[in-house]
Parts: sequence; structure tokens; C-alpha cells
Amino acid sequence: MSTRETENDTLYFGDVAFSSRLLTGTGKFASRDIIAPMLEASGSELITVALRRVDPDAKEKDILQYIPKSVRILPNTSGARTAEEAVRIARIAREAGCGNFIKIEVITDMKYLLPDNAGTLKATEILAKEGFIVLPYMMPDITVTKQLHDAGAAAIMPLGSPIGTNRGLEMKAMLKRIIEISKLPVVVDAGIGRPSQAAEAMEMGADAVLVNTAIATSHDPVMAGKAFALAVQAGRMARLAQMAEEKEYADASSPLTGFLRQ
Amino acid sequence: MSFMNNVLQLESFDFEGYFRSVSPEDVRNSLQRDELNQRDLLNLLSLTAQDFLEEMAQKGRQVTRQYFGNIISLYAPLYISDHCSNLCTYCGFNAGVDFPRTKLSLEEIEREAAAIAATGIRHILILTGEAPAQTPMPYLKSAVKIMKKYFSSIALEIFPMDEEEYQVLCKAGADSLTVYQEVYDRDIYKEVHPRGRKADYEYRLMTPERGARAGFRALNIGALFGLGEPRKEAYMAALHAQYLEREFPDVEVSLSLPRMTKAKGIIEPKNILSDIDFVQFMLAWRLFMPRLGITISTRESAEFRDRLIHLGATRFSSGSKTGVGEYSLKDHDDATVQFEVTDDRSVDEVADMIRQSGYQPVFKDWEMV
Repeated sequence: MSTRETENDTLYFGDVAFSSRLLTGTGKFASRDIIAPMLEASGSELITVALRRVDPDAKEKDILQYIPKSVRILPNTSGARTAEEAVRIARIAREAGCGNFIKIEVITDMKYLLPDNAGTLKATEILAKEGFIVLPYMMPDITVTKQLHDAGAAAIMPLGSPIGTNRGLEMKAMLKRIIEISKLPVVVDAGIGRPSQAAEAMEMGADAVLVNTAIATSHDPVMAGKAFALAVQAGRMARLAQMAEEKEYADASSPLTGFLRQ
Repeated sequence: MSFMNNVLQLESFDFEGYFRSVSPEDVRNSLQRDELNQRDLLNLLSLTAQDFLEEMAQKGRQVTRQYFGNIISLYAPLYISDHCSNLCTYCGFNAGVDFPRTKLSLEEIEREAAAIAATGIRHILILTGEAPAQTPMPYLKSAVKIMKKYFSSIALEIFPMDEEEYQVLCKAGADSLTVYQEVYDRDIYKEVHPRGRKADYEYRLMTPERGARAGFRALNIGALFGLGEPRKEAYMAALHAQYLEREFPDVEVSLSLPRMTKAKGIIEPKNILSDIDFVQFMLAWRLFMPRLGITISTRESAEFRDRLIHLGATRFSSGSKTGVGEYSLKDHDDATVQFEVTDDRSVDEVADMIRQSGYQPVFKDWEMV
């Protein structure tokens, strides 16, 4: 972020520092040529790539070649249905030159692409020991949040709502509690369909958000990337400024207990 | 519980009467829902719904983009044997048709695989007729192992097997299974499969379930349009897909709409599926199951396929040859094909067309681990 108020507001995954709190993705774009300008407009410094789409022997350009060198790659284990498959995919990704970051996706429900937290935890334990910087995609769960921390995750990535639904923060109550207790950065992943929802997640105290579908399938992914970046910044600044939260009940001056002082 | 129970229950349902009773208001209500139930699916498959085709298309395109992105995945079929012991009256490969049968040797399979891989294709579909004597398990297993060298995803469209046999092929490297029921109407099924292994309706119907239990991560099913009453068949196929999606949540389910075309030695198609019905069924399926894969083969013409990109399709075959050995071993004129390819463009040409339509052709979307 470039604004003075948040100049030193750095986000860390492991020992790697990021100034942008918007993570993006490479799937779903009409053309891979849009990825670089989208990254530039959004300022995103970390972009996820499904290893299943990486093809070093591709007849034409491989997906990795569309990502500028200045942006870090977050390979994901999309397609894995078990911890073991996720671990194998992570190792292949590292060998393919994708670096040490890995986003674990262990998905056992193809309708909503919902993660299996038990398998995710198991894969995290193994890969963190192998020196990966592990960002696990998870169902918002308090116990698993603590367990992932103990297992060596670098962040947690609870879903806001099912991937691709654009429904926003359907898991809001759970996310709030997770943000309160998590000792790791919380990246709200999946379901964020509008910049206002990204801002809301950041205002709630999320450390970052990951947005792919909403950017990739918009009519102008470059402008959408910029819009999300601004929303994330706005939400983050609102959080840092400790703006008053919206209250769900009236705030009249002591109508119920005032009599005690009379 | 199996899908056979659903088939039996629906045999007393008056499809014709229901379709006739659907009002424009019913269709409008169904179209407004976020999640469609089975009754909504019937409404959208009715003739009445054809007046709402553009609305279905607009919504269908939006839903497909949301869940799949601006993406079309590509694959190619590889026929390795046309030996067949079945007597399907609608198929040009049936045992009663007299033509010199071919089965590729393992060396020939490898040459075909290399020729296809050179076009950029990474997802392969292996096809055979139903002749376990000519294409026994060791042969199929070897074929899968050869494919592993060239492709990142291997799908099978072979004869139905027991769960244990499928396990062997999964272990060898196959990850997806295609099996069409051909026709869900049991009376017609009996008529067009008079004898042989395929005459067992229930064994065939249970095949996707056995495949899922054996470990395939993706299933592709469908009805062959041109046999049963199309609207009813479209409904049954979608219900079958939904059943599989619920029963096996970790399996990706896709549907295809193969249309019968005229061929030597086979019966005349009974219920020809028109283009408008084809599109309507695809869209009704899409709205009913937003995550459903929809596969379009080269049975369809280039012009028609170009349009289907916007109408809910997620996967295209390309550069297809439907005769055994046609990629590298023999000329089209010397081969006997299962069906005539009507989109004979190369993989590059199909990929270009996809790009020009505002979509990204995806060649590789799986990693074997």
C-alpha cells in the first residue's frame, strides 16, 4: 500500500513479506494474456496456480510463463481428494520450479468444492515439516484453526462461501471468531464476488483475501482487479483506524439501567 | 438404494401428460429459482419452455462462466479396437455388420498416442467395442500404461466391467470413465439390445456406480438420442447425473448428448433430436446442475459447436478420428469409423475458434499423482 497511514503495514507468510493484501488466481480467464495486466492493476504479489494446469511440455506457452517474475506463485493442489494426493502434488510443484509456497486444497465435494479439514490438516503437518510455506484452504472451524497453527501452517484460508458462488461472507459469524483467536494470518478465500464484500472481510479483521472468479469472469478483469485492490485497501485502513462497528441494537442513553443512578 | 430404484419408480409417471400440462407461468417460475428441483427440470425440458430459450441461454451462460470460468477443456478420442460382440441395432460396429475388424498392437497404440500428443492434446479417451476376448484385461492395462507416457488424464469408454476390474485399470493410471446408458426406456433398451452381454439393462445402469467405487475421479454419462422419447431421456440422464453427484460427492459428473446419425447396417433413428431440442436440453441440464460438465463430441458440425461454446458446454473433443488407426496408421478412406466426424478441424483450428469466441482452450487440467 502506498498511503502514509499504512506504509509499514506488512503481511508475512512465513518469513516472506507482502505489502499487498489481495491474493489472486489464474483460473477462469478468457485469455491468459490478461493475467499480467490484471496483476499490475491490482498490485497483487501472490497468485495461485493449479498444478493440474501446469504443463512444462505444453505445445504453446505454459501457464507459468504468463506470470511476471515479480509476482510470487502460490501453486495449489486442486484435484486432490486425499492428504496423500495433496502432498504428492505439492512435491511435484516444487520440483516444477513453483517455489516453496503451497496452497492446500483437499476437496471431497465436487458440487461446492468444499474442503476436507481432516485431510487438509494431515497434509499441512507433512508439508510444513518439509519446509513448505503452507496456506491451507479450510472450512471455518475453531479447533482446526488451532491445529493448523500447531501443524506449522503459515496462514489459514477459510472460505467465505462456496467457490464461485459470489455469495460473499455467508460464514461471517464463524470467520469473526476465527479472526479473533487465530495466531496466524487469516486469508478469506472463495465466495467473494464484489469489492464491497472484500472490504467487509478486511474491516472484520481478515489479514488478506483471495479473489479469482469475480475478477477473471468480469467483463474487464484489469479494472476489476484494481477495484478489488482499492476495496481491500479501504477495508484494511478502516480496520486500522478502528472505526466504530455497526450496531444491531439501539444505543439510547441507558433506558434500561438509568433508573439505578437516579 | 441404486439408480435402478429411480428408474422403476418413474415408469408409472406420465411424462407426456406432464410435459403437455406445463404452462408458461410454470417455466417462468422455474427460471427464477436459484436452485432447481426435479419438477423445475421437467418444466425446462417441456416444449413450452422453448419459448423461453433465450432466457435459459442467458442464465445458462452466466452460470457456466461463474462455475467453470471462460474455459473449454479439450480432449481427443483414440479407438484401439472395433471388435464387438454386441448386436446394438443402432451401431455401425455391431457384430452383425460385416467389415474387416482391427485391433491395434501395443506398438501401434504408441504411434497413435504420439501423433495425438504432438497436437498438444493432454486428455485422452480410449475406446473399444465390447469384445473381452479380443481386448482382454492385460491388453487394456498395457494400453493405459502407454497412454500414461503421453497424457495427463486417461478416460475409458470401453465395455462395462466389475468393480475389481475397474480397480486394476484405475491403478494402471486411468482416471475417468465414460459409459452411456444409450436409452433409459427399458422396453426400447430390450428392443435394440436383443442379445449378448449388453442385453442386461441393470448391469449397464450400475456401471458408473461401480466405476465410482473403483476409484474413477470423473464419470461421463448420457443417452444416445435417436432411440427413446428425447425429453424423457434427457430427464432420466440428468436425474442419473444428480444421483451420482449426491451418492459420490468427490466425483466429477458430466453429461453428453450423442445424437444418432444414419450409418451402414443400422436402424433408422426414431426420434431425431433437432438442434433446438439439443440446445434446450443442454441449458436445462446446466440450470439444474450448475457444476455439471457438458461434453460435446465431433459428431456435431463445426458451425453448431462454435455456438455451443456459449450455451453451457465445458469440454470439446478436437482433431478427432473415429476409426481405428486413423491418426497415424491409415487413411480415412481405408478405415471403418464408428460415426462420421462432422467437425474435421485440427486441434489448432478448434483452439483458435475457442479463443476467438472469448474463451480459453485448456489442454491440461489434471495431474497424475
